[in-house]
Amino acid sequence: MLSVTPNTAVGVTAPAGVFAAGFGPVVDESRAINGTVGDITATDPRMTARNVNVYYGDKLAINNVSLDIGKNEVVALIGPSGCGKSTFLRCLNRMNDTIDICRVEGEIKLDEQNIYDRSLDVVPLRAQVGIVFQKPNPFPKSIYDNVAYGPRIHGLTSNKSELDDIVEESLLKAGLWDEVKDRLEETGTGLSGGQQQRLCIARTIAVAPEVILMDEPCSALDPIATARVEELIDELREQYTIVIVTHSMQQAARVSQRTAYFHLGELVEVGKTDDIFTNPRHRLTEDYITGRFG
Amino acid sequence: MSKLENNQARTIDRVNATLNQRYGRERRFRRFGFFAVLLGLTFVGLMFLSIIGKGYSAFQQTRLLLDIEYTESVIDPSGERDPAVLSSANYAGLIKSTLRARYPEVKARKEKRELYGIVSNGASLVLRERVMANPDLIGSSEQLWLPADDDIDMLIKGHIDRSVPESERRIKDNVLAWIETLEADHKIEKFFNLTFLTGGDSREPELAGIGGAVMGSLYTLIVTLLLSFPIGVASAVYLEEFAPRNRWTDLVEVNINNLAAVPSIVFGLLGLAVFINFFGLPRSAPLVGGMVLTLMTLPTIIIASRAALKAVPPSIREAALGVGASKMQTVFHHVLPLAMPGMLTGTIIGMAQALGETAPLLMIGMVAFIVDIPGSAMDPSTVLPVQIFLWADSPERAFMEKTSAAIMVLLGFLIVMNVLAVILRKRFERRW
Repeated sequence: MLSVTPNTAVGVTAPAGVFAAGFGPVVDESRAINGTVGDITATDPRMTARNVNVYYGDKLAINNVSLDIGKNEVVALIGPSGCGKSTFLRCLNRMNDTIDICRVEGEIKLDEQNIYDRSLDVVPLRAQVGIVFQKPNPFPKSIYDNVAYGPRIHGLTSNKSELDDIVEESLLKAGLWDEVKDRLEETGTGLSGGQQQRLCIARTIAVAPEVILMDEPCSALDPIATARVEELIDELREQYTIVIVTHSMQQAARVSQRTAYFHLGELVEVGKTDDIFTNPRHRLTEDYITGRFG
Repeated sequence: MSKLENNQARTIDRVNATLNQRYGRERRFRRFGFFAVLLGLTFVGLMFLSIIGKGYSAFQQTRLLLDIEYTESVIDPSGERDPAVLSSANYAGLIKSTLRARYPEVKARKEKRELYGIVSNGASLVLRERVMANPDLIGSSEQLWLPADDDIDMLIKGHIDRSVPESERRIKDNVLAWIETLEADHKIEKFFNLTFLTGGDSREPELAGIGGAVMGSLYTLIVTLLLSFPIGVASAVYLEEFAPRNRWTDLVEVNINNLAAVPSIVFGLLGLAVFINFFGLPRSAPLVGGMVLTLMTLPTIIIASRAALKAVPPSIREAALGVGASKMQTVFHHVLPLAMPGMLTGTIIGMAQALGETAPLLMIGMVAFIVDIPGSAMDPSTVLPVQIFLWADSPERAFMEKTSAAIMVLLGFLIVMNVLAVILRKRFERRW
């Protein structure tokens, strides 16, 4: 009875009086969501997205989204299911190219290079912008080969011992080394769910990307494994830029510096994580983070 | 009593009321399924019984023990041991004189001919081979087991009834009497029939073998495998992983599926028109047979390979693409190895189909009577199912058991291939 479905929430003003009471000031209450509240820019941007539209066939999945991803910061993308946050994330390293009917408009730059430029090769792009998926998807090969695969195909090492070092270092960073160091030849699919996800993170960082995209990396994990991955994200932030999609607002609050709230394919509000969670400016954001829908 | 409780009571009553009916239906369905399976197994069992019952005796061959004297004046009158002379000598005469010596009472020409007929025409070839290999035999004598004629073979195996009147029997009384004296002396016995497994085709059932057909099948299948596996897998990978989804690829897909249902003789006509008449490749050759069967097997392999590729979870592709593998690397490092067991299974099933195929090969002349065992894929030859077809057409009683025995060999190969497919699937099946 208290829930407002995302569909009816668009532009609905009737319940506002009820919900607004007791919370911080809601700026632009009457404003339609076409347009973003808050500061989309970062002081030292690594990636910049401007006016991005994504279509699946005729359907508009992302509408006019602009967002900066700053260096060495963790940006959390939150929002209800189907709001386009994963789609936006996958645009950042062109994983959407694998979907035939998907079409991307607008401009996304990685260090001043438009990644949707016709001349751009996606292979080096994905080496620079790594991705960790929602469901752990290790290769059905040995743990060692899982981590070594990226460095091998990119020719990052010249001999076996260098490769060994990269594998060890990546597994160490992913917090998995102590658990698997004696059984690197066992298959990666034989690990537990949390270990598999950390193996996938190790596989991603073995290529030494500049940006790591994480698509709900903890949705299949138990709280202990989740805590480990969150710790890991915090450590990784010192070297990498991280964009994380999450359904858990606590997780967004714990790991991110900036948070972006998506709703029905539009970027509703962006801001410092503390501000978003304590002082949301858009009513949809406030409804979502206070649990009225989503 | 509240309305809800009332409802619950009614629900349980209703459930109970229909319960017997439901279980009855299930029992009937299960019984029906069981009998269907039983019926199927019965027919398979009957087929095997019939084939094996008729065919097992072909693996034995009746032979006669004869005292052969290698008379020098007959074989090599000049004494020079010239191979040309040795190879064209009258060895049949040696056998005839042996038989005359054993049955001196036979005088009439007609009866003599009948007497000579109890030994196979191929017996003289055995003598020639022995003399060619060892000319020192000339002048000596030895006891030798020589193949009997196919009618005698049938008599010994019990396929000709001795009790019926002479007029209804293929073997006349006088011949039967000679055979019975041989039996009494233990000079007529059944031996394992190696000729059947290693020999080529022959007009004489006792000399006919499936060796030529097996070699022909082998060359044909090798050509088919070498052509259809790479082409099939490459097509499947291209269509599934690289080709854009549009009207053209849809058209290609529909056509591949339709090709699987085209009658195989049509592929034979195509092979005749294109490979033989246009490209001028030799008739009756396993090379052409393999190419025709490739056309026939390709749809099977492509469809099975595409299904195997589709079964590889997309998350594996995404994982590889996500670390920056190119499309090609993704396919060859991850997707293809995971799909390979399914592809191999499909290929083996396709090969088994090709092994049992007759119709298209008739069109390209692999139905010819060929005595020589093929030495390469360019030599004229026949294949196992066509050999069965040819023998089934022959009037001699002895070819009937050869036909059944050849079917046994063909079924044996098919079972081995299918078992191989199952083992491959079980062995390399991956779970993720």
